[in-house]
Amino acid sequence: MTATGLVESMTKASTAAGRRRGIRWPLWLLGISGLLVLVSIVRLVTGANDITSSGTTGAALRLAVPIGLAGLGGLWSERSGVVNIGLEGQLILGTWFGAWGAYEFGPWWGVIVGIIGGALGGLVLAIATVSFGVDHIVAGVAITILGGGITRFLSALIFVNTPGGGVTQSPSLPRIGTVTLPGSGVLHDIEQKHWFVVSDVAGILGGLITQVSWLTIVAVLLVPLTYLVLWRTKFGLRLRSCGEAPGAAESLGVNVYRMKYTAVILSGGFAGLGGAFLSLVATNIYREGQTNGRGYIGLAAMIFGNWMPGGLALGSGIFGYTDALQLRSGGQSVHALLLLLAIVLGLLAIWSLYRGRRVRAATSVAVAAGALIWFLTSDTVPDEFVGFAPHLTTLLVLALAAQRLRPPAADGKPYRRGEAG
Amino acid sequence: MKRFDLERFGLGLAAPVLALIVAALLSSIALVISGNSPLHTFNAMLDYGTQPETVVQTVNKSTIYYLSGLAVAIGFRMNLFNIGVDGQYQIAAFFAAVVGGWLLLPGPVLIVVVVLVAVVVGALWAGIAAVLKVTRGVSEVISTIMLNVIGGGIVAYLLDPSRLGTIVGTQQVTTKPMPSDAYLPGIPVSGGEIYGFIVVAIACGIAYWVLLGRTRFGFDLRATGLSETAAVASGVSVRKMVIRTMLISGGVAGLVGMPLLLGGSHAYAQDFPTGYGFSGIAIALLGRNNPIGIALGALLWSFLEQSAQILDLEGVPKEIVTIMQGVTVLSVVIAYELVRRFSLVQQQRRVGAELRAAAGTPAAGEGSPA
Repeated sequence: MTATGLVESMTKASTAAGRRRGIRWPLWLLGISGLLVLVSIVRLVTGANDITSSGTTGAALRLAVPIGLAGLGGLWSERSGVVNIGLEGQLILGTWFGAWGAYEFGPWWGVIVGIIGGALGGLVLAIATVSFGVDHIVAGVAITILGGGITRFLSALIFVNTPGGGVTQSPSLPRIGTVTLPGSGVLHDIEQKHWFVVSDVAGILGGLITQVSWLTIVAVLLVPLTYLVLWRTKFGLRLRSCGEAPGAAESLGVNVYRMKYTAVILSGGFAGLGGAFLSLVATNIYREGQTNGRGYIGLAAMIFGNWMPGGLALGSGIFGYTDALQLRSGGQSVHALLLLLAIVLGLLAIWSLYRGRRVRAATSVAVAAGALIWFLTSDTVPDEFVGFAPHLTTLLVLALAAQRLRPPAADGKPYRRGEAG
Repeated sequence: MKRFDLERFGLGLAAPVLALIVAALLSSIALVISGNSPLHTFNAMLDYGTQPETVVQTVNKSTIYYLSGLAVAIGFRMNLFNIGVDGQYQIAAFFAAVVGGWLLLPGPVLIVVVVLVAVVVGALWAGIAAVLKVTRGVSEVISTIMLNVIGGGIVAYLLDPSRLGTIVGTQQVTTKPMPSDAYLPGIPVSGGEIYGFIVVAIACGIAYWVLLGRTRFGFDLRATGLSETAAVASGVSVRKMVIRTMLISGGVAGLVGMPLLLGGSHAYAQDFPTGYGFSGIAIALLGRNNPIGIALGALLWSFLEQSAQILDLEGVPKEIVTIMQGVTVLSVVIAYELVRRFSLVQQQRRVGAELRAAAGTPAAGEGSPA
């Protein structure tokens, strides 16, 4: 692609986004309120009060943060053209180094050490993919294997001799402080009334402002910050140009290698922060395997969000929510969500039929019927199924969303300096 | 041409050797930092690793790893990343064990049926990811990872005394054990017994070589992996290739649990080992998707694991082996890429020189690629 081609395609993309934004906001609001009413009806019908309780939304926020941070890591890296499948490995490094730093020096040092640990994983990926030109996915998989190996070895070396620690876990860690915003008490009272819609809103908001970790606030702020840096600064434009057309970027004087290195190291740093959050805030202990595929779920959240920070945050929210349900009377809540799924897919089927998409309508009806039958013939969903609810949701969401997305044009493609035509 | 082949052979060997040296160096650094002597550690591993009992265990484990590596490699050859071998072999082994426990058939027939069930279940589970990819454009990397967790959950749900599980002896929940005439006999050697299933594993390796190197399907598969556009231009349907390749990969993945199920555990219990699928990815990378390379990779991986068992007695944390494995994989992929690039440069130089000789005039600028 030529330099003018790059500029053209980027302006086209941004005007299209602008046009869409104008129509989309009211639609979004309508959609959200509609969904809220549906959820409230489902809650009243099933009596599964936990699907909008403050406990659930609080837990959802806590669990969405590591997914979102991994997703942000993926976003930075892929916007520069490097696919980072090693996010899982960097997340693992973050959990271990975060725990070790917190144990040795205190919780906030843990956060910093965790970021450094993840960033080192990013550095290794950058060396392998940018300097040596190794296939991105191969290198990422190798880093995930290496991350698991390093942390296990370090645990055997360091945590084995600590009280309560061992090869697979750290001692319990000092906590990071939390903050409760004013109004939390009132919202809690309203929530307890179990009114239609009102209590649901109170529960959701209440969960988001009660006992929120300071690190959660930092993480949430990183979403708009990422948007500002990547889409509103010269640096961000250059970084994204490396992901769209590195050859063109190079011809305009951008040091593509340095940009990619910066992006991938930052990417690892985000994942490292996500890992530190997992061990320090979400659980208070490092445990082997505690990332449980969240790096990949974060990547899925990023794809779902169409490589944009806002969509990514929404995706993480959905995954965090399904993840949180297993902590809050999961069987009953997921059972209630089956009804919600049936209703939403039923509506989708009507819409598809209206738009003349018969195959899609038929598929939606079939799945909706399945969900409804399951809902009607059982009282609860077994715990084992609740456990993989986030993963199943990831699959369903990607299956519904994946085709209308546009990844960066040169994402995952090898780039050698000076080889562009 | 002869010289060319020899050079390629030499270069092919250079990559793993280079990578192993780097990996050994990096592991030594890790050992020194942790206050252990690398020489002493490597010696202890070599000593213990070459004892007959350890060799048998190494070969047995590498049989499993070999199948797993093959399953991953089939996908790799067409740039299809089946990260889901782990879930595929677990769910396949579970259903195979259930069938093996309940079906009343003479032993040898039962063995065949059990293996077929495993292949079919593994293929179907991988097929979900393939269908999602070709119909909905979902990346198989993510879908197969999600399917790993989902498969694990389904197995955990079904493996319950009120469903397909039974309680045998102590509190261990397991599937109904297979009858003893369906035990696959091992090959007795000094130091123990080698899984009889190793024969199937070797056959799979040969079949892999034939399928990829000697058939139209294999050619299409490799072509799709090297250049999708070129493959499409020559009339290959990429969608069909994705589905077929994923089904074959999943089918082979289904075999991963078989050596243990038929030759050792004879039932699927809660402690049926997990994680072989991820080792398979590493081993496919080590072996460069080559059937013999994968075999060597599987042996190395398994040797490292088995020989490290002695290290705790020597006062070295045996987890050092996980670093050795990780570093090896990373150095190998980098080394292969370096060697590939080096030979590409050589090739371009040679072509440039030949062209110059043919034209009879020294031309500038040729033979100096990036």
